[in-house]
Amino acid sequence: MAITRDEVANLARLSRMSLSSAELDALAPQLEAILGAVARVAEVAAADIPPTSHAVPLTNVFRADVTRPSLPVADVLAGAPAAEEGRFRVPRILDPEE
Amino acid sequence: MSTSAPVIATPSYEDATARYEAVIGLETHVELGTASKMFCGCATVFGAEPNTQVCPVCLGLPGALPVVNEAAVRFATLIGLALNCTIASWCRFARKNYFYPDMPKNFQISQYDEPLCSNGWLDVEVEGEIHRVGITRVHLEEDTGKSLHVGGATGRIHGATHSLVDYNRAGIPLVEIVTEPDIRHPEVARAYVDELRELCRALAVSDVRMDQGSLRCDANVSLRPRPAAGQPDAPFGTRSETKNLNSLRSVERAVRFEIVRQAALLDAGERVIQETRHFDEASGRTSSGRSKEEATDYRYFPEPDLTPLALTSEYVEALRAVLPELPAQRRARLVAELGYTARELQEMRNAGVLELVEATVAAGASPAGARKWWLNELARRASDAGVEPRELAISPAQVARICELVAEGKLTDALGRKVVDGVLAGDGSPDEVVAARGLAVVSDDSALRDAVDAAIAGAPDIADKVRGGKLNAVGPLVGTVMKTMRGQADAAAVRRLLLERLEVS
Repeated sequence: MAITRDEVANLARLSRMSLSSAELDALAPQLEAILGAVARVAEVAAADIPPTSHAVPLTNVFRADVTRPSLPVADVLAGAPAAEEGRFRVPRILDPEE
Repeated sequence: MSTSAPVIATPSYEDATARYEAVIGLETHVELGTASKMFCGCATVFGAEPNTQVCPVCLGLPGALPVVNEAAVRFATLIGLALNCTIASWCRFARKNYFYPDMPKNFQISQYDEPLCSNGWLDVEVEGEIHRVGITRVHLEEDTGKSLHVGGATGRIHGATHSLVDYNRAGIPLVEIVTEPDIRHPEVARAYVDELRELCRALAVSDVRMDQGSLRCDANVSLRPRPAAGQPDAPFGTRSETKNLNSLRSVERAVRFEIVRQAALLDAGERVIQETRHFDEASGRTSSGRSKEEATDYRYFPEPDLTPLALTSEYVEALRAVLPELPAQRRARLVAELGYTARELQEMRNAGVLELVEATVAAGASPAGARKWWLNELARRASDAGVEPRELAISPAQVARICELVAEGKLTDALGRKVVDGVLAGDGSPDEVVAARGLAVVSDDSALRDAVDAAIAGAPDIADKVRGGKLNAVGPLVGTVMKTMRGQADAAAVRRLLLERLEVS
C-alpha cells in the first residue's frame, strides 16, 4: 500500500501538525512500512472469520442512568495548559476560514 | 464572494419560488433528558457552574472507560419507533476524529454507517395539508462542550484572542435525526421541527428547549429550476447547510433567506457553493462559515472501547407497547371527542395551551369554555409576563372551576378575570378568591334593584330617551349600575332589569 507524500501532508493538516518537507519525505515510507505490517492480518482473514471491532464477544454492556460525583473543578483544570474563569483556556480557536 | 463581484439583483421570495423549487432536508439534534451523561455518571444539569459536571471519562483521560447509559438507548429507540423507523438489531458506535477543542478527547463518539434507527417518516400538517417527511436515520452520539470566544465582538470567533471551554455539556446524550430532502417549503420545515418537538415532549425523552439548545436544527437547502409542464424534475442543485437554528422562527426565516440568496446567484449565472453557513437572528441573514470538510476527513472507525448494541426484538417490542399517545393521534382524538375544528386546534397549539385546555376539560370544563379562557385570557397573561402558559400559577383544575362558576351564572366573564387575577396573585383557589374579594355576581336582589332605581333617578334625560324608544341609549345607565355594583353584576341582566323598570321591555 503506497503512501504518498501528499497523503502524509493531509494527515498532518488534519492533526494540525507542522511538518517540514524533509519530514514529509521521511515519514511517507515509514507509514507505508507500518501499514504494510498491519496489512499482513488480511492474509490470514478467511471468509469464515467475521470482521470484529472488539476484543471480547460482548454486546449491550449498559450502565443504569444514575449520577455519580464528578471531579472537583481544581482537579479538572489541573490538566489544562491554562485556565480562566473555571474554564479551559485555549488559543484562539482556529479561524474556520483558515 | 470578493468585493469586486458584480452586485447581484435580489429577487423577491415570491419571484424566486415561482421559478425555482426549494429542496430542503433537516438535521435536528435533541439532547436526551437523562439524569447522567451518555458514557459516564456525570450529571446533566443545565446552567451548572463551568466544568463541575466533568470526570475522567468525559475528559477522555488515559485509562477511562466509557459505558453506555441504558436510558439513552431506550430514549433513542422510543424516538425511532415514534418516527416509524426500523430499529437495528446490531449496530456500533464510531469515533469521529477532528481537531477542535470542544471535545477534550479530539474525537466525538457517534454512529457512522450503522445508525440505531433508519427509514422512518413523520407526517406534518400545514394549513390542513399533510406533508410526509422521510426520516433517513436517527443515531446516538454525545454532545460537545461549549466555547466562549474572548476578545472579539459579542462572543464571536471572528477577532477573538482566545477561547474558554466548559465541558459540562460534553458527553450529554444526543440524538441526531436526519430527514430525506423531502421538504419543499420553509413553512413545512418549521412545522416539521414543531411536530418533532411535540413528539419528543410526548415521549418524555427531552425537555426540547430550543432557547437552551436542547433542540437544535441545521437546514440543508438547495434550489432547482421548476420544470416546464410535462418535463421531469431537474436534478438537485448544490446545497448549503445553515447551522444551529435555535427557534422555530429562525428555521423558517433562514430557509427563506437561503432560497432568495441562492436564486439571486443562479439568476446571475453564478454557482452556489457547498458550505456551512451561520444565521444571524438580528439581520435575518446567513453568512458563510467554514467550507464543508469531506466526510472522510473525520476518519471514522468503530469505537474500540464500546461493545456493539444488539437490541433484541423483545426489548424493542416492549418499548413499542408502551409508546404514549403521539401528538397527531391526540389531535385527531381531540377533534373527534371535543368537537374542536382543525383551525381551533392549531390556534391552541400555536399558543402553547393545547395540553392545558385538554386538562381543563378533563377537570370538568366545557371544551368551548376551556378553550376561551386559555386562548384569550391566560395566553395573553403568559405573554405579558414573558412565560409559557403552563408556567402560570394557575392549574387546569382552577381554570375549570372558574369556567364552572361562569356557566352557573355565579361569575360574569369580567368577574372571572378578576378571579384569575386573584389566583395568579397567590390568593388561593377560585372559591377562596371569590369569597375573599366578594366577587360573586349579584343577580336579583334589592341591592341591584336599588342601584337600578338610583341610576334612573340620577339621569332622567337618558331615562326619557329610552322610554321614547331609543333602547341603545340605556348603555350609560348600565355603566352607572355596574359601577355602583363594583362590577359584580351581569351586564346583560342589568340591562334587562333597567328596561323592565323603564317599562320598555
